[in-house]
Amino acid sequence: MNMSDDDLSTSKDSNKHKVKKINSHLISRFIAGLLPNFTRFCAFVVAILLLFILIVLFIEAWDAIRINGWSFITSSTWDPVKGIYGALPAIFGTLLTSFLALLIAVPASFGAAIFLSEIAPSKVKNIASFIIEMIAAIPSVIIGLWGIRVLVPFMADFIQPWLSKILGFLPFFSGQPTGYGFLTSSVILAIMIIPIITSMSREVLRSVPNSQREAMLALGATKWETISRVVLPYGNSGLVGAIILGLGRALGETMAVAMVIGNSPNITFDLFSGGMTIATKIASEFGESGGQSRETLIELALVLFVIALLVNVIARLLVWRATKVKTEKG
Amino acid sequence: MMFRFKLFLRKLVNLFMLSLCVLGALIAISVVCIMLGYIVVNGVAFLNLDLITNTSVSAGEQGGGMRNEIIGTIILVMLGSILAVPIGILAGVFLSEFGSPRINSAVRFTADILAGVPSIVVGVFVYSIIVRPMHSFSALAASAALAIVMLPVVARTTEESMRLVPDSLREAALALGITRWRAVVSVAIPGALTGIAAGVMLGVARIAGETAPLLYTALGNNYGFEGLTKPIGAMPMQIYRYAISPDANWQNQAWAGAFMLVMMVLFISLGVRWISSKRKTETNN
Amino acid sequence: MRKKLVSLLSKKSALLLLSAIMMLVYFSGCGSSGNTLYGTGATFPEPLYKKWFTEYEKQNGVRINYEGTGSGSGISAITAGLVDFGASDGILTDQQLADAFDFGGNILSIPMTAGAVAVIYNISGVTGGELILSGQVLADIYEGVIKKWNDTAITDLNPNINLPNQDILVVRRSDSSGTTNIFTNYLSKVSESWLNNVGTGNSVNWPVGLGGEKNGGVAEMVKSQVNSIGYVELAYAVTNNLNYAKILNKSGNAVLPSAATASAAAKGITLPNDMRVMVTDSSDAEAYSIVGFTWVLVYANQKDEIKGKLLVEMLWWAIHQGQEYCEDLYYARLSNEAVAKAEDLIKSISYDGTPLHTG
Repeated sequence: MNMSDDDLSTSKDSNKHKVKKINSHLISRFIAGLLPNFTRFCAFVVAILLLFILIVLFIEAWDAIRINGWSFITSSTWDPVKGIYGALPAIFGTLLTSFLALLIAVPASFGAAIFLSEIAPSKVKNIASFIIEMIAAIPSVIIGLWGIRVLVPFMADFIQPWLSKILGFLPFFSGQPTGYGFLTSSVILAIMIIPIITSMSREVLRSVPNSQREAMLALGATKWETISRVVLPYGNSGLVGAIILGLGRALGETMAVAMVIGNSPNITFDLFSGGMTIATKIASEFGESGGQSRETLIELALVLFVIALLVNVIARLLVWRATKVKTEKG
Repeated sequence: MMFRFKLFLRKLVNLFMLSLCVLGALIAISVVCIMLGYIVVNGVAFLNLDLITNTSVSAGEQGGGMRNEIIGTIILVMLGSILAVPIGILAGVFLSEFGSPRINSAVRFTADILAGVPSIVVGVFVYSIIVRPMHSFSALAASAALAIVMLPVVARTTEESMRLVPDSLREAALALGITRWRAVVSVAIPGALTGIAAGVMLGVARIAGETAPLLYTALGNNYGFEGLTKPIGAMPMQIYRYAISPDANWQNQAWAGAFMLVMMVLFISLGVRWISSKRKTETNN
Repeated sequence: MRKKLVSLLSKKSALLLLSAIMMLVYFSGCGSSGNTLYGTGATFPEPLYKKWFTEYEKQNGVRINYEGTGSGSGISAITAGLVDFGASDGILTDQQLADAFDFGGNILSIPMTAGAVAVIYNISGVTGGELILSGQVLADIYEGVIKKWNDTAITDLNPNINLPNQDILVVRRSDSSGTTNIFTNYLSKVSESWLNNVGTGNSVNWPVGLGGEKNGGVAEMVKSQVNSIGYVELAYAVTNNLNYAKILNKSGNAVLPSAATASAAAKGITLPNDMRVMVTDSSDAEAYSIVGFTWVLVYANQKDEIKGKLLVEMLWWAIHQGQEYCEDLYYARLSNEAVAKAEDLIKSISYDGTPLHTG
């Protein structure tokens, strides 16, 4: 209460001022108690939301889960009229396209990450990493638009016929080259996950201490030997984590894939064939479903949710561990 | 001799592998450039004032625009931000200022996982808890879905920005006799403000382009915004509908709309980058 | 830093102000949004409905927002009460009727128009209207039994056309569709194998084919893929300059789909009171074989008096004045008999026991 000492006004004013001071002190105490609790509440909202989504989906899908049973995952028949629901084509498509997408994206991403982290001079580094990250900013539906209008005709007119000619004996490239289908979807997915794998891998590589690199160079190793024998193994688990993070992203991608995959319940390794993924099936059929078929689609959403959850958890753990290790070993 | 040969081999391998890496980077970069190139070229070709001033027309007709959808996107993004930003910022504040290490890493973890939930699942979730009980597609449901997508982004970037504010500032404030909460509100938060703003803008850029959460919450509306509890249209949804149609006029508008959306999103991302780089030079000073 | 904070805040508040002004301006020009009717469903009649609702708004100032999302979506939306009316070209199944009844009581299917499902194709060198197909051949193509364009079954029907030795790319719907319902209903009537293996419905277990979303998606795929075949509502085929085939009807005539041949399909078929009837494979000599009605789905008991009245008036207009617009857009006008039945259905829509249609 030192303020009243400086106060040159009358005693009445200083009383008012004292009351004001007490009030503001009380308010301050109030907010001091409120702020941490209020922010804690908000933080928990974020945390609980995840759980809430899980619970709601589970409740909505419960009837379908009970009725459909295990054949949901093993059967290919999706017949709303007869009430038989098998999601195998969707699950197959999701796994196939994600795997292929990784196959295409990982080499490019790792190459880009190594380039950005080990090779590029800093000016180039900034521009290049910015450009690569731009893909992540482009909305999925616009990539899908580019996919339908540009990539599909390109695949149909050039890539697929070429693959048919050269590798047509393989079961992968034996179908009709329509431009839609598993292969095109995988390419689109690969494009979409390159930025995230690249930037995560860069983080991991960046956390490899320079002392390791310097030691290798001191021993007379070439740059590549440094990278391949020390840097990459050092960031091992983190790199795996980056890949899995990309997988997580690929699993949930909906719009761009829906526009180029051809929406057919095919289970085949013919990459030119049309197919579907869990996400595209939900997206294309949810609006028209009612009763049991709606609940089954929610069951499907639950399956996707859980898969994406598990994949992301594993990925985050790996990346977190890898980048944490750096601060310990220094 | 062997040594020189081996050295030559090693150098060759080195050159080869490093070139592959450069190739990888080039592939990634060229894909972006090709994609953006098509969007820019096609978008600009069909970009005209009609897009912003006219409402949509049926297939087979000429002209028309996306006015109501543009407004719809702006409204949904604003509403989504109103829902997500306060909660997200406060959650980020909590993660950085209060709580305990264990609770905080758990919350942080779930926030990161929430960010990875496929947005179609979010749409299905909001359909179940808002659209069905309300018996209506609505702007409210659509913005709730977008808010859920935006929330973890804002929370995490807020937390990270606040962490960048050096503890010395907080300690100095406390040493001056300022209460803890004042130190947070008047010192730490303002210090992180540019970072927080960057995070919010990132969230905005993210949800402006989202389509899947809107499919079963917004429906679409030819008459623009008719109220929180009424259906609403948005650019990404309209682009999707136009893109899969055979109508040439619609397809052109899809490109033009895509161009607008991408430019907006890129502009925001550039802004974020600019802000972060300014912030870095600031904290360095 | 203070300066930055101030400038940032002032930028933010400027932005806020700007958007507030924008919204104010927009709302003031918004007009009465109090009672827009919302409907969703079939893409089959969408070109016609969009025309209707634009005209209706001009004449009566009532807004009707219709989104073409597919018959299945229309049915499920009205069943969950998410819209004021649904639209479908597939008859509601008993299960769907029951589900709707659970929500809001009796649901009515009011016919609006009839349309033809055109079989579109993209074969180089073959022009529009040249190709002739029979129901059996069509079913076999869609079952994957006939795989190539120069299969004898097809060349027998088309001796004067040079059909390529190429695989047929079959395109069908990926979403739940009334157009599919009409199409599969026809195939079930003309092919025993189709009836047993696949059947009829808004969505079926397609043996082969790429899935396109909505009528537009199928049209788009056929347009861009050579050697493809698909089925869309006639309006989509015409406005997109797609080639469509003549189908051999029950009387043996090769008929091209049109508003006239679609009208002929309903001739001689007794129309039930609830108008839930399919008119495929007509025995009329001039009729096109793949034709169907399209219905608007509304509840007989309306929960909102004002909306109910608006709905009823709009429907009344549609089956009378609205029919003027049908033929220009390649849809068939409702016959007098169909209009009479539709009028009865509309008259039975009520609020709180009182019929909503007056006069």
